[in-house]
Amino acid sequence: MYAAWSIFDFPTLATWRELLRRVLCRSGAYREHGPAQVGLLLVLLGWLAGEPAGANEVRLLHVSFDPTRELFADINTAFSKEWFQKTGDTVTIDQSHAGSGKQARAVLDGLQADVVTLALGYDIDVIAAKSRLISKDWQRRLPNNSAPYTSTIVFLVRKGNPRAIRDWVDLIRSDVVVVTPNPRTSGGARWNYLAAWGYALKAYNGDQAKARDFVTSLFRNVPVLDTGARGASITFVLRGIGDVLITWESEAALALREQDSGEFEVVAPVMSILAEPPVSVVDRVTTRRGTREVATAYLDFMYSEAGQEIIVKHHFRPRSVSTIRLHADKFPVIQLFTLEELFGNWKRVQETHFVEDGEFDRLYARSRSD
Amino acid sequence: MAKKRHSPLPGFGLTLGFALFYLSVIVLIPLGALALRTSSLGWQEFWRLATTDRAIASYRLTFGASFIAAGINALFGTLLAWVLTRYEFPGRRLLDALVDFPFALPTAVAGLTLADLFEPNGWLGTWLVPLGIHGSYTRLGVILALTFTGLPFVVRTIQPVLENLERELEEAAATLGAGRARTFLTVVAPLMLPSLLTGFALSFGRAIGEYGSVVFISGNLPYKTEIAPYLIVMRLEEYNYGGAMVLAVVLLSISFVLLALINWLERWASRFQR
Amino acid sequence: MAGAPTRKRMARAEKSQRGSEESPLIKWTLILLAVLFCGIFLLLPLVNVFAQAFSKGVEHYWSALKHPESLAAIRLTLLVAVISVPLNVIFGLAAAWAIAKFEFPGKPLLLTLIDLPFSVSPIVAGLIFILLFGMQGYFGEWLIDRNIFIVFALPGIVLATVFITFPFVARELIPLMQAQGSDQEQAALTLGASGWQTFWYVTLPSVKWGLLYGVILCNSRAMGEFGAVSVVSGHIAGKTDTMPLRIEKLYNEYQGAAAFAVASLLALLALLTLFLKAYLEWKQQRNEGS
Repeated sequence: MYAAWSIFDFPTLATWRELLRRVLCRSGAYREHGPAQVGLLLVLLGWLAGEPAGANEVRLLHVSFDPTRELFADINTAFSKEWFQKTGDTVTIDQSHAGSGKQARAVLDGLQADVVTLALGYDIDVIAAKSRLISKDWQRRLPNNSAPYTSTIVFLVRKGNPRAIRDWVDLIRSDVVVVTPNPRTSGGARWNYLAAWGYALKAYNGDQAKARDFVTSLFRNVPVLDTGARGASITFVLRGIGDVLITWESEAALALREQDSGEFEVVAPVMSILAEPPVSVVDRVTTRRGTREVATAYLDFMYSEAGQEIIVKHHFRPRSVSTIRLHADKFPVIQLFTLEELFGNWKRVQETHFVEDGEFDRLYARSRSD
Repeated sequence: MAKKRHSPLPGFGLTLGFALFYLSVIVLIPLGALALRTSSLGWQEFWRLATTDRAIASYRLTFGASFIAAGINALFGTLLAWVLTRYEFPGRRLLDALVDFPFALPTAVAGLTLADLFEPNGWLGTWLVPLGIHGSYTRLGVILALTFTGLPFVVRTIQPVLENLERELEEAAATLGAGRARTFLTVVAPLMLPSLLTGFALSFGRAIGEYGSVVFISGNLPYKTEIAPYLIVMRLEEYNYGGAMVLAVVLLSISFVLLALINWLERWASRFQR
Repeated sequence: MAGAPTRKRMARAEKSQRGSEESPLIKWTLILLAVLFCGIFLLLPLVNVFAQAFSKGVEHYWSALKHPESLAAIRLTLLVAVISVPLNVIFGLAAAWAIAKFEFPGKPLLLTLIDLPFSVSPIVAGLIFILLFGMQGYFGEWLIDRNIFIVFALPGIVLATVFITFPFVARELIPLMQAQGSDQEQAALTLGASGWQTFWYVTLPSVKWGLLYGVILCNSRAMGEFGAVSVVSGHIAGKTDTMPLRIEKLYNEYQGAAAFAVASLLALLALLTLFLKAYLEWKQQRNEGS
């Protein structure tokens, strides 16, 4: 109580002004007002004004999408250590995570990313197309379509799988409530959507109309369209909405791990899409900041054995053949089809499905209307 | 210019100049940039973007929920103001201080805790959900969040009026044989009306722009629980700057009209009080 | 809180009743309704913040707060407030001086414009700075080419916060200064004081409680702003995340208790704000009384 009152009586405006003057003149303030108050003020101001960055330190800004938070926290530590051993320089990697589309937009608006790792090629294509930040041939600069890891789309269901969900076809049953984010904003949701669409194409021998009906029926069962994969996980896991969450394999594994009570199970469908989340250096930013070398090394590290091991640890699928062989038991066997195989390329997919009033908007409106 | 009074005080040019400069830098130029960027879209494009189905659904929710929330606030705000000014009871000062709580609490925290309370396993949700009342991820949740943030506005505009109300008027009415209810309706209510309307408008205006508290509790379902400010964020994330700017201009224009209305109401109310 | 000091009030209230009071039944029903409403709608959310924050134990609470990213968020939030509140105080004093002490055409318009940020949606407030300083915006390319970063950095967060908290101090001071008129200042000037002296020794002391009141409200809003800041922040962990953004992020990382732990600090700030506000009101009343 005393403290509250004394602090309060202390800064009448006259004393504030006086105090400021004395602090500036480095004179009697200390004696007049007691060491505690003046000291506290100075410490606070010093703390606020001080820059945490050290002297011989490189900082990279890595802009990424939602489900990779835990993955890159580990990768960054490992890479910093390796880089320090190799060059003697300290590298600190600042992370920014949000929905893939939102991140691409932020980079376009001037977020000074050295490295982007987004959910799908299209989001990096947009950056390359709408600005001079990234060279147009970015996808050919690194192995495996510039995607050092892959994932696929699986189902997370509640304990005991009460709705008996086994494959995509179960998701259109009228008694099943499905949670998936909005494909217009979430990269993960586009993979979900394309996985469902691709399954239907395969099941109906390429009949587009039947595939459209299938996906429409699926979205009829979706009550919530979150903006990002992480938001959808929250909806399903923490808020208890829905019977099945369509999500990244890694997100499903994370939900299993975080919720230790064993409330959930992962169901691997028979067939799903091979999701390739790509990475790229942002040319213009790294050139200006002089960070291109370390940024490139950072991406290369993801392809290294050490990087691939960390990738496996976080339930993304590695690219390195030896790592795959070593951890074959960790990943269920799913028949994977690629985007190129069924849909051509991202540009075409985007223009057909995800533009305003595109395939998705129309089928979503239809799924709401009846 | 004709009205300029010769004040002997110095500093008019300095202070007004600084105020206008600061106002321009912080408020007018940024808002002007918005208007300029939007005007380059052309009228037809503007109209198309402003009236997409999803935009209209979001206006409907924003204004509908804000209106209902402001209505609830007008009702309970009047009750609270009345109880706080007229009665003495243990805890009155605590209650009085608590009324400002929604104003002081950051909106993100408000949204977080409200969403948690009304969740099926939250403190209120455990009771309400079995009764079929779903507070979180529904339109009701939006209304709840908006009611929470708008409450202080009504109470704080009505309170001073009730405090300054001359009790003699009510006593006179009572002496003339009017019952308590009739006195309230014929004497107190008309005097309170202007400030009640002001409070309603303030609460409504705050609710229209509210973002932080709503996004946590509403679930943000397009066409169902997606408020207009959230749709702006969505448009941005779709690289649809035009759509975002148009919605922003629509919201801004409505805020401006409301603000003018509130200022007019306040002047009207202060005339009543004299 | 409502112990001894209210007894005098009670006596006064009783004296003024004279038949214009509701029956006790109605009176207590109304009180009960009001208390219930506030209890469920205001108190419960507050208690819930702390209950959830400590739901995993005190240790978890502290470790959530001591996390480097949480500390960085606290630091950034304080820094933003320390910059933006004084800016708005200077503006508030200047605007109040010009508006309260002088007559000029266009005053109502100016008053309305000062109020404007109050009713602008926080999202719009963030958007306008993206449109100005984002790379697709008017000044973006030019600034970034010169290594000046506004959005997705501290200046952008400060700008958005200043915009949102723009009216608080001015709104508090203008009516106060208007009510006080300018007789005292004129007297001081006649006695030979300079303009600044008059301001420091006559005007400021007479509005100091109102000023502090405005500062407290401004500060509380500045520290708690979510929507506008989230648009311009860029969400760089440990760098451009303020406390409200950190809360959202923790919540999205399945760390509900940690999110509530950070939220509890902001709730404490809200309580402190309420306490100071009540204290200032009391002080102001006492000043008027004497």
